[in-house]
Amino acid sequence: MSAPTSPLATVEIVVNGTRRRAVVEPRTTLVDFLRDHLGLTGTHVGCEHGICGACSVLLEGDPVRACCLFAVQVDGMSVTTVEGLAPARGQLSKLQDAFCEAHALQCGYCTPGMLIACHDLLARNPHPSEAEIREAIGGNLCRCTGYQQIVDAVKLATGQGAAHG
Amino acid sequence: MKAAPFAFIRAESLDHVLEQLARHGGEAKPIAGGQSLVPMMAMRLARPALLVDINRLPELKTLEIGPRRVVMGATSRQRDIEENAALNRVVPLLREAVRWVGHVQTRNRGTVGGSLAHADPSAELPLAALVLDATLVLRSQAEGQRRVAATDFLIAPMVTATGEAECLAAIEWPVWEGPGVACAFEEVAIRHGDFAMASAACQLQLDAAGICRRAAIGLGGVAGTPLAFPDLAAALLGRRIEPRLAHDIAEEAAARAEPGSDPHADAEYRRHLAAVLLRRALLRAAAGVPAMAAA
Repeated sequence: MSAPTSPLATVEIVVNGTRRRAVVEPRTTLVDFLRDHLGLTGTHVGCEHGICGACSVLLEGDPVRACCLFAVQVDGMSVTTVEGLAPARGQLSKLQDAFCEAHALQCGYCTPGMLIACHDLLARNPHPSEAEIREAIGGNLCRCTGYQQIVDAVKLATGQGAAHG
Repeated sequence: MKAAPFAFIRAESLDHVLEQLARHGGEAKPIAGGQSLVPMMAMRLARPALLVDINRLPELKTLEIGPRRVVMGATSRQRDIEENAALNRVVPLLREAVRWVGHVQTRNRGTVGGSLAHADPSAELPLAALVLDATLVLRSQAEGQRRVAATDFLIAPMVTATGEAECLAAIEWPVWEGPGVACAFEEVAIRHGDFAMASAACQLQLDAAGICRRAAIGLGGVAGTPLAFPDLAAALLGRRIEPRLAHDIAEEAAARAEPGSDPHADAEYRRHLAAVLLRRALLRAAAGVPAMAAA
């Protein structure tokens, strides 16, 4: 009846267009895989149980929480992290630039998850209403901004009105 | 917060899953979306020695829409349910319920079968399954296939009729034939996407004169399992769903609930919510008002 032991597993995924591989324990979450094994520390570790949204990444193009997935589960799949949102190294996406302009971040902890959530929203819906923006970031906690500047940033990125202040 | 060590197998077929579950008993656990299981493992509330990943099995992702029932593979993603117009035409309560489930990021991974197998008493999909009298199809190596009604499947908080060697393979959703089918799902939670303090669901069939010909009603988050009230639903038949009737039925249903208390809401507040939400659900369904995009 004893279960098999826990051997290491080789996980290979395409991250931001680059094929990456590492050998990990099965219990390694996708977010720890990205940060600790691939050195991609843009994605943040927050609550580690699926509440705060800071670890959001795109898996095969869809936003997911990287703390609620084990890396072994996504072997062979493609992942986009916050590092992959800008058009080129040293540049910002329109949305990232709007986050700066609208003061949509203070401590920055939630920012990678917020950017992933908002990036996904705009990919599906280029002109979201305020209610749609708020629904899209509903799974991401921010303890600094009160969310208003984040909503403003998404509006700014979609050409809807100027930022406050 | 890291999960305890475990071994991992990516299942190659449903038979492969059943063989692993038969061999390892309660030490093995199937993992689908992982939106409940992985947090429980992180908090060490669950410590399976072996995870059997069932995400890549095509036989668990099927969706057959028939005239009398929909047979849905257990690992159908909540997000796919949300966006499937053909499914929403025949089982409209699913769309109503799933819009309350978590957030985009969790619905992209979370599965319908996973939500049912987890059986949180405040979760939306178990309430929808109970109200609609869905049937859960369990598979095991020893017994082959076993079909269990939702009312027998949901036993207690996080306890279902699933045996250690069984895997939930499919859910059968009854289709209400004919015109005039309307439904509503109402909920109050601390934040949208959190588990409900209380929730209410109904599905009605009204004739051309607005008289109720078929009805199913239920409450979530106010007992150890979701609750259905077939006798109260029967009292709606042959009548127009007017505010007084909706109020009386909702009050009676809420009076039968056994809500718990927590720091966010005591039992009496949950009971009050249950009555208000069921009344609202009945009146909204009877009026044919669709859910708002973001409530």
